[in-house]
Amino acid sequence: MAIVKTSSKAAAVNPLKMSQPLGASYAFLGMNHCMPVMHGSQGCTSFGLVLLVRHFREAIPLQTTAMNETTTILGGYENLEKAILNIRERAKPDLIAICSTGLTETKGDDVKGHLELIRQKHPEVRDTALVCVSTPDFVGAFQDGWAKAVTAFVDALIETPPGHDRIQTQINVLPGCHLTPGDLEELREIIMAFGLTPIILPDVSGSLDGHMSDAFSPTTLGGTTLAQAHAMSASAHTLAIGEQMRPCAEALEKKSSVPFTVLPRLTGLAPNDALMTELMRISGVTVPEKYRRQRSQLLDAMLDAHFFIGGKRIVIGAEPDLLFSLAMTMTELGAKITGAVTTTQSPLLASVPAEEVLIGDLEDLEKLAEGCDLIMTHSHGRPASERLGVPLHRVGMPLFDRLGAGNRVTIGYRGTRDFLFEVGNLFLAHPHENTPQTWALPASTLTALATAATAAIHAGNGHD
Amino acid sequence: MSTLTSKIQVVFEEPACGKNLSKSEKERKKGCTKQLAPGAAAGGCAFDGAKIALQPITDVAHLVHGPIACEGNSWDNRHALSSGSATYRTGFTTDINELDVVYGGEKRLYKAVKEIIEKYNPPAVFVYQTCVTALIGDDIEAVCKAAAKKFGKPVIPVNSPGFAGVKNLGNKLGGEALLDYVIGTQEPEYTTPYDINIIGEYNLSGELWQVKPLLDAMGVRVLACLSGDAKYREVAYSHRARAAMMVCSKAMINIARKMEERYQIPYFEGSFYGIGDMSDSLREIARLLVMRGAPDDILARTEKLIAAEEARAWASIEPYKARLKGKKVLLITGGVKSWSVVAALQEAGMEIVGTSVKKSTKEDKARIKEIMGDEAHMLDDMRPREMYQMLKDARADIMLSGGRSQFVALKAKMPWLDINQERHHAYAGYAGMVKLIEEIDKTISNPVWEQVRSKAPWE
Ligand code: SF4
Repeated sequence: MAIVKTSSKAAAVNPLKMSQPLGASYAFLGMNHCMPVMHGSQGCTSFGLVLLVRHFREAIPLQTTAMNETTTILGGYENLEKAILNIRERAKPDLIAICSTGLTETKGDDVKGHLELIRQKHPEVRDTALVCVSTPDFVGAFQDGWAKAVTAFVDALIETPPGHDRIQTQINVLPGCHLTPGDLEELREIIMAFGLTPIILPDVSGSLDGHMSDAFSPTTLGGTTLAQAHAMSASAHTLAIGEQMRPCAEALEKKSSVPFTVLPRLTGLAPNDALMTELMRISGVTVPEKYRRQRSQLLDAMLDAHFFIGGKRIVIGAEPDLLFSLAMTMTELGAKITGAVTTTQSPLLASVPAEEVLIGDLEDLEKLAEGCDLIMTHSHGRPASERLGVPLHRVGMPLFDRLGAGNRVTIGYRGTRDFLFEVGNLFLAHPHENTPQTWALPASTLTALATAATAAIHAGNGHD
Repeated sequence: MSTLTSKIQVVFEEPACGKNLSKSEKERKKGCTKQLAPGAAAGGCAFDGAKIALQPITDVAHLVHGPIACEGNSWDNRHALSSGSATYRTGFTTDINELDVVYGGEKRLYKAVKEIIEKYNPPAVFVYQTCVTALIGDDIEAVCKAAAKKFGKPVIPVNSPGFAGVKNLGNKLGGEALLDYVIGTQEPEYTTPYDINIIGEYNLSGELWQVKPLLDAMGVRVLACLSGDAKYREVAYSHRARAAMMVCSKAMINIARKMEERYQIPYFEGSFYGIGDMSDSLREIARLLVMRGAPDDILARTEKLIAAEEARAWASIEPYKARLKGKKVLLITGGVKSWSVVAALQEAGMEIVGTSVKKSTKEDKARIKEIMGDEAHMLDDMRPREMYQMLKDARADIMLSGGRSQFVALKAKMPWLDINQERHHAYAGYAGMVKLIEEIDKTISNPVWEQVRSKAPWE
């Protein structure tokens, strides 16, 4: 049980947090033939683009309504209209997904209303789905933006009542933003092994898994199609991965009465046992041999890794769902979480296995990390790790100094196994070698000794 | 906001800008910022531009006043290098919340400056304005003034909110902040007849260090670089330089011109890219210094240095010439002046099949035309789809561009080299040009291309 605190500083130093619109845009990227748009000034889009490109090393479609001071004050209707017409003409997407920014929220632009007007004024735009979500920069963080965007998809795209009867072998997956494209690929494979067909919303494994295609596209290539999104109301069940996805799953249930389960995490032994149990229950199929084997491999890996992870003091800086997942998994191997820093509120924070969870920045993390054995955070943790001489295990986003950030897999039995090996190897690579000084006597003993010696001399003098 | 508006007018009316002079009165009033096309725009905001221009000052704290988007999504994402302090790489932001938006963020800003001075004690704090805080009317000038007085340290307002315009405007507004608050506020320990300023050089990937040894050899001292690898105090006493070189396009022309006006420091516009351009720049530096009274033996010294270094560069390029002869290059640049790179590539025997002139001035275009002959090769605004097709059809062997378009090339399975802001290699001076040729050769001749283009066994 952790106490949740918010940093009281006026200045954030070395931010851990990224903005809501960026999280929403990332969710948009998981839709097929989509053009994500930030409704704001062009700089926000430019920064977001650079960040995502550096992380995924992929082309990122992301547009802006290019607001300036005057258009902001007059209201953003015209720019939205122009943006939509321009994008439709140039990129011909199936879907234009729009998130607001701090600028347009401060002005109070009614994007939903604007979109209504645009649809009326330009009937030809009907061939393009329009979705919008409100994501001011000065509220929440990346993970909140992602969840809001997915909820917006559920509200706008899911067909009710379903076009046909429930399909007993079809299930919905609402993944949190802490799952990589690689994780989603793994999860899809697991689900399909039970004879089920998953619809993942949004599915960044289709668009950001780093594949070569034969054509050039100005929009996303791969991801959830509109048809798939429509069909989600006919699924037998919804799996929400991460607490952040609970509101989305609730919205989906409300709209289409598809029941749901929230799986807070998919890294670790118990959470994957829970996943298997759930899939068995939904499909009526027993656990395939492949996963029985993988489970026993994980057990072996846990035994190998606990020697190195057990007793270690680990400090983590990550968004709530990722923080929870990492902290639980490490604690289950005997490590102690001596510092936990996160970006935004979440009901999950109280259950993080640490004394305290701080909503703060990397300066806070660096302070907590003094004398610890391992830091886990995104690539910006590198300077702190160097200053403190503490190894860094990179997690979350952005990871700009590693290849294959989108293909890392840490879920499932197999992904957990590989994750434990990676962390264990870090400790093996930074062993605490003993030196002649390791067991040097402390100052207190030495002073005690010195005082005793003086006393003895004095005593000796007295005898004289 | 009225101070900002008038500032922008001042910057737009830049008399030394050739592009500006060729415009009508009405066009000029509109400024260099075209109304951006919603849904079809790319590029950074004015805040981004100001940060690019000033963040290379290494020992000060750069504090961004605004919501998390502006700094949280972008900090420490450039490669301006420092030979000393690393303070400039620390991300400071007020990260304002909903309450600040309602009640104003000035108090938080003031407190933030205080915290930073107490914890990090930098020689100065630069405070950057952003869209939301500008919209709600936070007066950063007033807060900076109060904080500077209270804490006895320069606190510099950089009034360049993103929505004021594009990156280029931000470069200039950043420059204005230096002119208004920093330049001329301190004195150097001593001066020499060989003191120069370099303006508009950001030391990306250490490019300044490719040039500095040459200047050292000439006996020239860089009094201040604006702003690559600069210390605050160097910028503050840069008004004592004898001459200045303005690097790279028109990004900081306002600084160069106003320093000439205020402190009689003559400047010239030059480039460190390309062997010929590098030599011209060294000659011009020597000439200007002599004109300002430096002993004229520096001229002969410079010629000797140029002869030796040019010969060395050519000798290093020689082995590549045969391999690169006739290779077709598609050059899409933003920050780096196209024509200087064009000349350099031609020096190595390559053919330029196209270059972007989106951000080039009229003179630039004239110059490119002079060098390349055929205007048809100038591409005003190439869409990614067209670039892709051009590469796919093998009308080019390699694309040199900024990171934004790299995937256009890679997905077309064509070699690509980064020559913009985020690049990791330094391409300035003689050493840099050799490096560029080396990199092009390394990229084009990599065996990976043949493999990725081969068909799968089932195709
Ligand atoms: S456009 Fe405005 S809000 Fe967006 S990053 Fe630039 S300054 Fe910040």
